[in-house]
Amino acid sequence: MWFKAPESCNCIEPQWPADELLVKYQYISDFFIALAYFSIPLELIYFVKKSAVFPYRWVLVQFGAFIVLCGATHLINLWTFTIHTRTVAIVMTAAKVLTAVVSCITALMLVHIIPDLLSVKTRELFLKNKAAELDREMGLIRTQEETGRHVRMLTHEIRSTLDRHTILKTTLIELGRTLALEECALWMPTRTGLELQLAYTLRQQNPVGYTVPIHLPVINQVFSSNRAVKISPNCPVARLRPHTGKYMPGEVVAVRVPLLNLSNFQIYDWPEVSTRSYALMVLMLPSDSARQWHVHELELVEVVADQVAVALSHAAILEESMRARNMLMEQNVALDLARREAETAIHARNDFLAVMNHEMRTPMHAIIALSSLLQETELTAEQRLMVETILKSSNLLATLINDVLDLSRLEDGSLQLETTTFSLHSVFREVLSLIKPVASVKKLSLTLHLASDLPAYAVGDDKRLMQTILNVVGNAVKFSKEGSISISAIVAKPESFKDARIPEFHPVSSDNHFYLRVQVKDSGSGIHPQDIPKLFTKFAQSQAVTTKGPAGSGLGLAICRRFVNLMEGHIWIESEGIGKGCTVTFFVKLGIPDRSNESKLAFAPKVMGNHVTTNFGGLKVLVMDDNGVNRSVTKGLLLHLGCDVTAAGSSEECLRIISPEHRVVFMDVCTGLDGYELAIRIQEKFKKRQDRPLIVALTGNTNKVTKENCMRVGMDGLILKPVSVDKMRGVLSELLEHRVLFEAI
Amino acid sequence: MDVLQLQRKLREHQAAMIREGFLDDQFSQLQKLQDESSPDFVIEVVKMFFDDSENLLNNMTRALGQVPVDFKQVDAHVHQYKGSSASVGAARVKNVCATFRNFCEAQNLEGCVRCLQQLQHEYSLLKNNLQYLFRLQEEIQAAGGSIPTIE
Repeated sequence: MWFKAPESCNCIEPQWPADELLVKYQYISDFFIALAYFSIPLELIYFVKKSAVFPYRWVLVQFGAFIVLCGATHLINLWTFTIHTRTVAIVMTAAKVLTAVVSCITALMLVHIIPDLLSVKTRELFLKNKAAELDREMGLIRTQEETGRHVRMLTHEIRSTLDRHTILKTTLIELGRTLALEECALWMPTRTGLELQLAYTLRQQNPVGYTVPIHLPVINQVFSSNRAVKISPNCPVARLRPHTGKYMPGEVVAVRVPLLNLSNFQIYDWPEVSTRSYALMVLMLPSDSARQWHVHELELVEVVADQVAVALSHAAILEESMRARNMLMEQNVALDLARREAETAIHARNDFLAVMNHEMRTPMHAIIALSSLLQETELTAEQRLMVETILKSSNLLATLINDVLDLSRLEDGSLQLETTTFSLHSVFREVLSLIKPVASVKKLSLTLHLASDLPAYAVGDDKRLMQTILNVVGNAVKFSKEGSISISAIVAKPESFKDARIPEFHPVSSDNHFYLRVQVKDSGSGIHPQDIPKLFTKFAQSQAVTTKGPAGSGLGLAICRRFVNLMEGHIWIESEGIGKGCTVTFFVKLGIPDRSNESKLAFAPKVMGNHVTTNFGGLKVLVMDDNGVNRSVTKGLLLHLGCDVTAAGSSEECLRIISPEHRVVFMDVCTGLDGYELAIRIQEKFKKRQDRPLIVALTGNTNKVTKENCMRVGMDGLILKPVSVDKMRGVLSELLEHRVLFEAI
Repeated sequence: MDVLQLQRKLREHQAAMIREGFLDDQFSQLQKLQDESSPDFVIEVVKMFFDDSENLLNNMTRALGQVPVDFKQVDAHVHQYKGSSASVGAARVKNVCATFRNFCEAQNLEGCVRCLQQLQHEYSLLKNNLQYLFRLQEEIQAAGGSIPTIE
């Protein structure tokens, strides 16, 4: 307190000594203020030193100074309550001035500093928020990663099995576990496709067959999108269990699971095919929890649904292929069995045929042979007629048996053509000679026309070719009551193949082969054009044949066609109708023999010509005849045939000159017993049958006694005189082949 | 005469002989045996036949002249003759021989004698015809032609 100074002393006295209590309180307060003011900077310094970061040190210094001075001021104030000296007053003043200065500076400084300090605060707040956000995001990522892990594990579980049930069950279990679901259910479409049936659930072991119609709006909604859709817990698919919770049932989500429709496997269209069928997967969160479906959980569900679809399709494909494979295996086994059965059947059939072949032919042979022999005995006219009928019938039967056996061999392809080189002309002539008798009896004229460019020899199966021609010509004769039959054979030119009637026949000629075209025209009863296709069928009889006419066995043409086909040819019949005759034409492929084969054919008998044929190549023969003329004639005959002939005029001479080189001895037995005795003597001379020449009797006697005698003495043959060249040739061939020849007397 | 005419004559003669039964198919068989290696085969055989015939006929005459007649002998000769004539294709001769043999078997002397006469007659006819034939053939060959064969 300032008072006016008295003039006497330097002391300053307070004015009022009366307010001593107030002064006392002031005194204490100042003391404490000073104390506080001195301790605050100390505290500040202490804590600043402790903290690492403090950007405003100089502010602190300033502030410290300010406070210290304030404290000093208040301290010095203590002394002013009582009488105090002038120095104290000066110090006080100085302190106060200093304090005032510093505080003003500080006040000015604070204007700068406080906004800064405030902004620090806001930034701190901002950073705290950010940290919280990052924390949240981290949490989310971790959750997602975990979800991903769950999905991978689930997928792995699902895909590790190809069994449908396991897949679906595992899915539900894993989902239930991952998402902590209360219930998880799978509804599959029924066979009719009109309803969904509860197939699997998580908690219930054996779901009872709940069904739900497929066209509910909620289901359509789920099926129309490939996302997981939240549905109401009250809809039929979600009401699986009686509602147990007190409060709200948990949220329900449903997602579609595409099913592969096996009947329309379209790999490239998948999954956009419109006729898809879906299953429905329903997932329920626990009731009475406040959980909600999070986005990441929904995504997990969608992914799982897709994976399940893929796994199911794999399982379905596998099932299908297994089924197909099993079916194929079964079929294989069945086929194998069938094949073996067929083979057994064929073997059995062949064995049967082989046996029956022999068994059937033997009696037939006996019948035919004995009937022929019977024919030659003394018979009454009536008996002869009977025997002839027997013979004819048995011949027919024998033919039929042969035909049947042939055909069955032809059918199963076991018949093979034999290939030999043969003379075409002789085949036709033989056919002609066989048919001529029948034709002349029926007064049919038979003409044969062989083209001039027809090769003399051909390579092929002559027997079967002849059989074919014979059959065709035989048919022509059989079915013609009058008129003429013409046979023509030409070499087929390529133009003749372009016949409209045989459009499918396109043969190719080559250097080694030619096609023989044979046409048989008859003026007989003809065939109705409708019946023509049936002709070649086995056993089919033509109805056009009158009941009186001869009946065919029905097999002939079928066999012909088979033979013709085997010879890579074609056969067909044309007829203009009933009564207009018919024409049978066929092509067969024959080989052309090369030059080297022709020399082998030198032995083929030539009908024409007077020139010497060296058939018998120096065959050594002996002729015994006591009649000079006869002897010369026989010798000349044998010489003409190329034999090396020795002639003997008597038995003694014969025995003298006979040697093992002589292959045949012709002896005349007209002159009594000489010949027979000679035969016996010759046989005695040559012990072994092989060394001995063949002994053949020549006789003009046509009685059986001679024949019996010859046979009795062991002769090998008997020929009737006169002998023509051809006859002798035939005789020699026959003798050399069969070593026996007894001409029928 | 020229070759063609000769050949025609030959053909006609041969045809006539066959027609009238002097020769049969056996003769043409003989002709077939004639070729380059034995060009005169037919002539040789026929010559042999003529010799043989004369022999046999003489034998037969002698045998029938004997008393008593040995029919078996006669038959043997006739049999021989029959054989020869058959070999050359002398048909009429052969037929007479057959009849002759029957008479021999029946021991009919008169019949045999008659047959013998017939035989001689036939033989001479045949001989003349054949000789004419051969002459024609020689003429044709001399003229450079070929002998036509009987078909």
